[in-house]
Amino acid sequence: MTARLKTVSGPDYWRSLEELADTDTFRAFLHREFPEQASEFTDPVGRRRFLRVMGASLALAGVSACTKQPAETILPYVTPPEEIVPGQPLFFATAISRCGAATGLLVESHEGRPTKIEGNPEHPSSLGATDLFAQASILGLYDPDRSQTLTHKGDIRTWSAFLDALRAVGLAKTAVKGAGLRILTETVDSPTLARQIQDLLAAMPAARWHQFEPACRDNMRAGSRLAFGTTVGTQYQLDKARVILSLDGDFLGTMPGAVRYTRDFSTGRRVRGSDTEMSRLFVVETTPSNTGAKADHRLAVKPSEIEAVARALAVVTGVAGAEAGELSEAARRFVSAAGADLVGHRGASVVIAGDEQPAPVHALAHAINAALGNVGTTVVYSETAEAEPIDQVASLRELVADMNAGKVDLLLILGGNPGYDAPADLGFAQAVSKVAFSVHLGLYADETSALCQWHVPAAHFLEMWSDARAQDGTVSIVQPLIAPLYGGRSAHDVLGALSDTPGRSAYELVRDTWRVQAAATGILDFEAFWRKSVHDGIVPGTRRDPKAVTIGDVCANIGTPPPRTEGLELTFRVDPTIHDGRFANNGWLQETPKPFTKLTWDNTVLVAPATARRLGLQNEELVELTVGERTVRGPVWVLPGQADDTVTVHLGYGRTRGGRVANGVGFDVYPLRTSLAMWAATGVRLAKVGRRLPLASTQLHHGLEGRALIRAGSVEQYRKDPGFVHAMEPDPARTLTMYQPHEGTGYAWGMAVDLNACTGCNACVVACTAENNVPVVGKEQVARGREMHWLRVDTYYKGSEDAPEAYHQPVMCQHCEHAPCEVVCPVAATVHSDEGLNDMVYNRCVGTRYCSNNCPYKVRRFNFLLYQDWDTPSLKLGRNPDVSVRSRGVMEKCTYCVQRINRAKIESRMEGRDVRDGEIVTACQQTCPAEAIVFGNINDPESRVSRLRAEALSYSLIGELNTRPRTTYLAALKNTNPALGGPAGDEEHG
Amino acid sequence: MSQVFHPSANGIARITLFAAIVVVAASGLIVYELGKSAYVTRQGEARQQPVQFSHARHVAGNGLDCRYCHTTAERSGVAGIPPTKTCINCHSQILAQSEYLEIVRASYRTDTSIPWVRVHDLPDFVYFDHGIHVNKGVGCTTCHGEVDKMPLMWTVQSLQMEWCLDCHRSPEKYVRPRDAVFQVNYQPPADQLALGRRLVEEYRIQRATSCSTCHR
Repeated sequence: MTARLKTVSGPDYWRSLEELADTDTFRAFLHREFPEQASEFTDPVGRRRFLRVMGASLALAGVSACTKQPAETILPYVTPPEEIVPGQPLFFATAISRCGAATGLLVESHEGRPTKIEGNPEHPSSLGATDLFAQASILGLYDPDRSQTLTHKGDIRTWSAFLDALRAVGLAKTAVKGAGLRILTETVDSPTLARQIQDLLAAMPAARWHQFEPACRDNMRAGSRLAFGTTVGTQYQLDKARVILSLDGDFLGTMPGAVRYTRDFSTGRRVRGSDTEMSRLFVVETTPSNTGAKADHRLAVKPSEIEAVARALAVVTGVAGAEAGELSEAARRFVSAAGADLVGHRGASVVIAGDEQPAPVHALAHAINAALGNVGTTVVYSETAEAEPIDQVASLRELVADMNAGKVDLLLILGGNPGYDAPADLGFAQAVSKVAFSVHLGLYADETSALCQWHVPAAHFLEMWSDARAQDGTVSIVQPLIAPLYGGRSAHDVLGALSDTPGRSAYELVRDTWRVQAAATGILDFEAFWRKSVHDGIVPGTRRDPKAVTIGDVCANIGTPPPRTEGLELTFRVDPTIHDGRFANNGWLQETPKPFTKLTWDNTVLVAPATARRLGLQNEELVELTVGERTVRGPVWVLPGQADDTVTVHLGYGRTRGGRVANGVGFDVYPLRTSLAMWAATGVRLAKVGRRLPLASTQLHHGLEGRALIRAGSVEQYRKDPGFVHAMEPDPARTLTMYQPHEGTGYAWGMAVDLNACTGCNACVVACTAENNVPVVGKEQVARGREMHWLRVDTYYKGSEDAPEAYHQPVMCQHCEHAPCEVVCPVAATVHSDEGLNDMVYNRCVGTRYCSNNCPYKVRRFNFLLYQDWDTPSLKLGRNPDVSVRSRGVMEKCTYCVQRINRAKIESRMEGRDVRDGEIVTACQQTCPAEAIVFGNINDPESRVSRLRAEALSYSLIGELNTRPRTTYLAALKNTNPALGGPAGDEEHG
Repeated sequence: MSQVFHPSANGIARITLFAAIVVVAASGLIVYELGKSAYVTRQGEARQQPVQFSHARHVAGNGLDCRYCHTTAERSGVAGIPPTKTCINCHSQILAQSEYLEIVRASYRTDTSIPWVRVHDLPDFVYFDHGIHVNKGVGCTTCHGEVDKMPLMWTVQSLQMEWCLDCHRSPEKYVRPRDAVFQVNYQPPADQLALGRRLVEEYRIQRATSCSTCHR
């Protein structure tokens, strides 16, 4: 294949290296629509068998009408709770925390069962949107694998037995001022938890508090200390920035705060009508990220070279004392063009350093922003959201040393999973075994629980009272949506047991914190303040003011540049779908195709096409990856756009005690990760094992035969010729049809997707899964092309395989006005509604799959097997009661969230009015951080969706087939810098 | 070569063919009719309940409005089954010691729900909404029958899709003025069709027959 890639000039846009090279496997794959069993009908034996089965199912279809409905009982409340109207959901505000920063949420609750997560529109980190992790947390709540029993050395104990044991040890500690007591938490952003720990440390000054999280932001903190001598939090105002340069900062993907950044970024790049003002994004990175895909100019470099690029930029932007190091020709051109753009937009530009970059890069970014006068406009500094910003790796190292020295006899691990994800060189696991009394509070009886004597099941954040601080300082009260399903406890409960007032509930503890705060700010009516805080999901007056900081002599502080290194370099990244491994047991996230690779259920050793050619590597080939003395094995994936001579691996896989979903999936790369090389390592060796490991990628499925599916251009092109998108492939005249027109005078639902805004973050995919009861099918079924997602995000590449441009395109049912699926259904199971929806009637469907064969968009999904879990009680609780749970043998697909349409229609009709524009929000639209999806009535010329359809950039997907889709797309635009001669992909040739 | 079949075989063959067609058609008809029969739909079959609750007594006898117990019929998809508290409101005074009501008192005492048997049970893939029907002038008795004459509840209608569609296609046959929706003894006027047409116009009633109106 690699040989072919060099000789063949592929299509303009391509989806995978196989397609670019047009290999036989790719063609064979395409010719089998549903990859397995699809050619059944051309084979006489298969056809006969098919007719026999069909005959039987038709006969059964008749008989099934004769079955009585099973008897059901109705269990009403004994005393009805206030506010609950049966059949109508309630929404409660709460917040989710990750990496020391909170995002406000609104959780939908049906009769006391939380079923769907939405963003809190009032919350500054959400503005109504969420990321995919928040969306999937509802499945995490109902996960039947969560730990359900408190254990001591494997034996079941009661909570009170644990409390007695803990208090007995705790009491002895008071006498020695807490010597030997250690608390290990993840990054704490809860003011109440921080207060509890600080109170405890005040009473026991010899005790210590450690924090550790594998994706900790140590570099960011250290960079801040280098630049300002103190740790501050950095926030970017991307809507105000005209030029953005990211130094490996994935601010549209994994960086904390990405939801808000995505919103602001897309605001700054929105092109509508004659408003063509659009920011420009430069990205320097090693491995393709969501941010890199949006870049107007992207430079792929080895991790060790990013600092050199940052230094060169510092010279161009006039940072005092900066010295440029050695740079490649491409990098030099990039730096001079980007630098000129930055300097040309003083006060309206921003440089963002990624969490994975070492401290000097962060310090340089601060210095460049200061030199460009961006501080106060596009860059805002404030106190950190985390309560106690410390060097977490150093903190963990100190804890391990003390445990090994026998100085620790009471260890409380409150959350986290250091037994799995601590740096390999520290020997955390061996050290814990030396502690006399060790406790692990966790959602799962995981790798760390196995090391500790006590394991306490933790409460999920939807089951407990707490509070959490967002990046800008805003605090949200975390309120429980449901009583703990498995008797889980929170960190507040465990720490409370050691305090002077044991037995005080988390609810009271959180109220205590805010009672004091309220009194301090002169609020007299605490109850009103509390009710408002809980109700709104925001505690008033907690947003922090920007902090004034003085930049030090950064260039002196960071010293001389590190020497250039040769050979393969390795980078670690948190996984785009399961993060650092904490979401490994979440089937929704495991099955979400990862951006670019579209892999599910696995992590891989990512290499660049050029590296693969040199080393003779192919996709799925098992390799041994060695750093120093440590070795892991994993399958290779060749990723276009990856920097040459680099290897990227994702954290979080290879769990051994993560639950039924997580265990044995992927390979664990934590053994390669040391406390000195948390994000990048040099001196890497890669050796073939000589075996293959089949992977489940959805990228090749549903190939679309090289039509003008993705349309993109530059903003310059748009300014010159706004209609350039239509010229690519004009739609047929509307009179050209044999069908009865469907246009009525009532509602006509339609959707517009702005490809210029979409970042491919996958939040919509998980939101759709949660809203529509979409099942998880597993790796083997995905490999057969049987994934069930109603909404997929396609990735297209353009240009060379080494430095391609990448585009994301969400594709759901297009609700064609002339739907090809409808005319081929023999049982009228898919028909048009009078409002233009392409209805799917599950109970009529007999499973011929003709509709899917005839669908040009490949958005129909067939239940080949009984994918839904009909038995596990906890999973039943989490389903959306407004959507049918589909069984085996029926086709399904996107309905435009018809349950939400019907709810809004019924409400409006009961109030005697029409549905307002924006009243119906589909699940994908609601969660989209970029506001890329708009839904509404296209018969109303004033609706947002109608206005978007009238834009010059609007086009229909495969519109030339005259299917007249109700979903339309707005083409993606790049804002290229003339000095770089166009898109990053072309510069290689120029 | 002699004949293999006797000439009478022709007749037998004809009869067999004819009989086969009749049998297939008849079994089809039987399946069709059986599917609509009261045996399958359980139409008209009074259901035993854990408590001997009588709609006849409470509605005709005591004159309770439907909404006293089915509180959310006007504003939610489900009409609501009264919580035990609603029973106790009266029965803490009336028949407070009756042995028939021990189950109700026990439910209230022990905070456990009374397992009422569902009478009007639509299939799970049907999403019926009480609120919109009530608001558009569909009377309770149109679907549920004259509950004031039912000691135990039964279904008066088949609740099959054909029956739903009858009204969804021609609502003028059934709608009544909004203020008469909860009247149990409402009798449609002689000129129902004229009234119905006027109300369909006035209430902007749609003839909603798309699949996704009820199925999602």
